[in-house]
Amino acid sequence: MKTITLAHGNGGQENNELISKIFYKAFENEILAKSEDAAIIQDGTLAFSTDSFTVSPIEFPGADIGKLAVCGTCNDLAMMGAKPKYLTCSVIIEEGFEVETLKRIVASMKKELEVNGAIVVSGDTKVVPRGSVDKIFINTTGIGQIQQKGISSNNIQEEDMILVSNSIGKHGATIFASREGIDFSTSLKSDCASLWPVVKKLIDSGIKIRALRDATRGGVSAVLNEWAKQSNICIEIEEEKIPVCDEVNGICELLGFEALSLANEGTFVMAISKDEVQKALKVLKEIDTSKEAQIIGKASTLHREKVVLNTAWGTQRFIDLPTGELLPRIC
Amino acid sequence: MCLSIPSKITKIDKENNIATVDTMGVERQASLELVDQAVEVGDYVLIHIGFAMNKINEEDALASLEVYKEIIEKMEEDERRQAILEDEACPNKA
Amino acid sequence: MEQLKLKDLYDGFRNPQTIKALKRLLDKEAKKLNTKINIMEVCGGHTHTIMKYGINQLLPENIEFIHGPGCPVCVMPKERIDHAYLLSLQENVILVTLGDMIKVPGSRGSLQDARSKGADVRFVYSPLDTIKIANENKDKKIIFFAIGFETTTPMTAALLEHVIKNKIDNIYFHINHITVPEPMRVLLDNQDCKIDAFIGPSHVSVITGSKIYEEFVTEYNKPVVVAGFEPVDVMQSILSLVKQFNENKCELEIEYSRAVSYDGNLAAQKLNDKYFIKAEHFRWRGLGDIPNSALKLKDEYAFLDAELIYKDILPNEEIDDHKLCICGDIMRGVAKPNDCKVFGKACKPSSPLGSCMVSSEGACSAYYKYGNLL
Repeated sequence: MKTITLAHGNGGQENNELISKIFYKAFENEILAKSEDAAIIQDGTLAFSTDSFTVSPIEFPGADIGKLAVCGTCNDLAMMGAKPKYLTCSVIIEEGFEVETLKRIVASMKKELEVNGAIVVSGDTKVVPRGSVDKIFINTTGIGQIQQKGISSNNIQEEDMILVSNSIGKHGATIFASREGIDFSTSLKSDCASLWPVVKKLIDSGIKIRALRDATRGGVSAVLNEWAKQSNICIEIEEEKIPVCDEVNGICELLGFEALSLANEGTFVMAISKDEVQKALKVLKEIDTSKEAQIIGKASTLHREKVVLNTAWGTQRFIDLPTGELLPRIC
Repeated sequence: MCLSIPSKITKIDKENNIATVDTMGVERQASLELVDQAVEVGDYVLIHIGFAMNKINEEDALASLEVYKEIIEKMEEDERRQAILEDEACPNKA
Repeated sequence: MEQLKLKDLYDGFRNPQTIKALKRLLDKEAKKLNTKINIMEVCGGHTHTIMKYGINQLLPENIEFIHGPGCPVCVMPKERIDHAYLLSLQENVILVTLGDMIKVPGSRGSLQDARSKGADVRFVYSPLDTIKIANENKDKKIIFFAIGFETTTPMTAALLEHVIKNKIDNIYFHINHITVPEPMRVLLDNQDCKIDAFIGPSHVSVITGSKIYEEFVTEYNKPVVVAGFEPVDVMQSILSLVKQFNENKCELEIEYSRAVSYDGNLAAQKLNDKYFIKAEHFRWRGLGDIPNSALKLKDEYAFLDAELIYKDILPNEEIDDHKLCICGDIMRGVAKPNDCKVFGKACKPSSPLGSCMVSSEGACSAYYKYGNLL
């Protein structure tokens, strides 16, 4: 690693290498080492997370960079069982950016904050010369109050079941289809959505969640690989059970991608004990954002630290962390 | 690299020799300049890096699928017979 | 007659029941074989299918795959990747190529690295998208770095046709098109070759027709079945090959008959012949120099040839792979990727030492990515 390439931001292997060799090495501490979606602070009462948004194009079917910026941070909090409360919002804008577009983006942030019941309490604005950033970059940082303790990607147990909350790959596929030069037309929309309402319902139903993570960059395959390593377990998934819509399949066929590696912005993966899985599935299916939820596999001890895909015809293969530059900027 | 996929022609722009093709709900334009057969809307073509390579022979594809159906039926029949044989050979049979 | 649906062309050839049934037939047929057989899938697309769908796990013990040299990115020698790298860093140049080239490292780095150094490198979905880039950047020289086997050559020829017909004066070409039969011959001529039969490439054959494999059946006595890329296609083709052995036949068959004919796409072949002739030499990564195995622009199009125009800055020294690399042996079927000392250690997809690790279609890369759970 001599210079940074786009592959270092892919949410996969190169990305992990960059983080562990440079940032984790310098900032090393107990909280950071947990490598969760959000840091757990103040004796387990608060969740704390930050994320920057650089998606291109900034407006796309199903959402825009504003909605994404609120969902992204709030979802990271929700994934630790925390109710999103306070956000900060920093914006870097390229000179020449249209005010009308900015108004639209901010309006969609406001709308999404309401869904989460969160407020922006501090902010910053910078304007930079043309070419210094691509249109607009947004950073949000959030604090949430933990409603269910103990959710962690570090203690998944053998025989735990693995669920996804939605059909996968829609965000990554949508961004790719709307990218300049690709010129695909589809009715596909990003799955971008706030997940706190879903998580709240799970918690309110008394369901004990083992691990929860939204499958953003790197997709479901990145989440499962991280979990398998962090919990020293094998995750086995059944190819037939993974929900993927036709259009996402079409884009994967056209461009040679795997839906498992495509980004999502309103879809999570959940690990849960097998005694509770049916109840959780029932709750998920009652909510619009997660009505396509499916059990896709389970934790086992077959190949520790690995993700194994079982095909419908009885063969098996590993699902690896995505490598290389898969996609344009997607979040 | 040699990725190339079946798609259905939904529109033809004769003047520019370009077709709109559908791949599972994803539409894109594809050049028809390399296709040496006559094609029309509803035909299936193989798409490779923005070009239709050729027309897919529908009858041939259907014939293959028919053959597969038959071998599955044959397999299921064999399995059924095997199950009956095993059942009859079972010493604990009531 | 029953109507064919688009979905049938995918799902129909991936149907688990069909694969199960074909596996049974194959197991039965393979029992009759009196010797072990090694089948080479020439094309990287097939290697990918085999590893992705785990077809190697479905094979009886006496049938083995040898993974062939048919991944155009993998067999591109480092010195030619260096050409792309150097061209992209020239002033006022936009280097345009297909996405497959993005990660492939030459001796100086990959195009991805060049881009992080400020090079303008664009990846297009279709070669024709190059025209739009040329129109939007009239003051720049656009170099189309063309790669691929016979499948992709006509698309480059079509771009050439557009450039010439429409007198577009800022698009140039660096041609790296290679052909399938010559390396097959080299592998068969080798003393320790273990190949007993071939699965012929799907989409190369759509363009060339199955006729290009005739010599392997008649002169080398090796059966060839041209197969589609779906798992059912591959299983069916293996079954056909095993049947040929059991019936003492040696024939050229087309399993992928829904898309491949004996003669192929004549219009595309004609277009290729209009612009390209055989290059006397081309050095394949992992296989060495193979005469007449690549194409170059005809002399009358020399004014479009970036390799000639920039010849002063493009080095031609050969750059070999690491001496521990055994890719040549893997392609001859003498070794498997995991027999290699550096496999998965010093040689990984992010830092490949040898050709088979270079792109996702290479045998080593497929083994690395999908693992070998056998």
